[in-house]
Amino acid sequence: MIGLIGKKLGMTRKFEEDGRSVPVTVIEAGPCVVTQVKTEETDGYSAVQIGFGAKKPKNTPLPMQGHFRKAGSDPVRTVAEFRVDDGHEYKLGDRVSVDVLGETVTIDVTGTTKGRGFSGNIKRHGHHRGPDGHGSKNVRASGSIGMHTFPGRVFPGKDMPGQYGAKRETKKNLRVVAIDAERNLILVKGSVPGHKNGIVFIRPSR
Amino acid sequence: MNIVESMVQDGLRDDLPEFNIGDTISVAVRITEGGKSRLQNFVGAVIARQGTGNEETIMVRKLTAGIAVERIFPLQSPNVDSITVTKRGRIRRAKLFYLRGRTGRKARIREARR
Repeated sequence: MIGLIGKKLGMTRKFEEDGRSVPVTVIEAGPCVVTQVKTEETDGYSAVQIGFGAKKPKNTPLPMQGHFRKAGSDPVRTVAEFRVDDGHEYKLGDRVSVDVLGETVTIDVTGTTKGRGFSGNIKRHGHHRGPDGHGSKNVRASGSIGMHTFPGRVFPGKDMPGQYGAKRETKKNLRVVAIDAERNLILVKGSVPGHKNGIVFIRPSR
Repeated sequence: MNIVESMVQDGLRDDLPEFNIGDTISVAVRITEGGKSRLQNFVGAVIARQGTGNEETIMVRKLTAGIAVERIFPLQSPNVDSITVTKRGRIRRAKLFYLRGRTGRKARIREARR
């Protein structure tokens, strides 16, 4: 089954019948349009490329415009490919909406996490702080990064400051709480990677 | 209004009366124990109200046997069966946390004049 491209709209809560509150993320998913169908003969593998989000033609390179014209679609902002088994029924120009999820119980959501820039060990790796007072000078410093002459090097993978966030990440097995086909909304339990209005890719969990 | 807000707006209940901080209200709470559910009234003063839409909650404070009990109710929760206002209060604060340090006459809320 293929997935969808969507936009994270924000979070709210939903109440179950018994009064339990479920934190949910609202995702506007689709409608997407099939922009290319790849087959074993022509491309060496089977996949369906879908597009989402409007883009002005004047901002779209001419080769891309031609690509979308073939599908009979206006230019789209994001395209993504989903591998499919042979014998699927997707055709160029088909609309794909939240209906494809059907009765799907759990989905995987991929997105780009919020960018936090060059971050220290406390934020990036959850390290503890050093002492604040008594002349302490290592409040947020990283501390020792290894031993001595032996081993004489820093182990690979050692937690160190650096770029944090703005990285592609997938949250797996998120429960689908509700689907609003009219407004193309999916409500999933818990958070999904990225900021509001960020692009997310949705696939049914394996 | 964005899509999330309008989506939440559609599901909001409209059976709750209008009330403010300082009012004395009675909250009928659905309590489920051992597979059976019943209603229990929690009567007290609203000392705080926060949030909007689905996330709106109130804090109700009451005195039982000399011990103060504060409970937070999510207004949209199905466990909040109904709310009735018994007394309107006249107050000058948005949050009545000052009541916590007080007892007796000092912990009163003046009734609103009509």
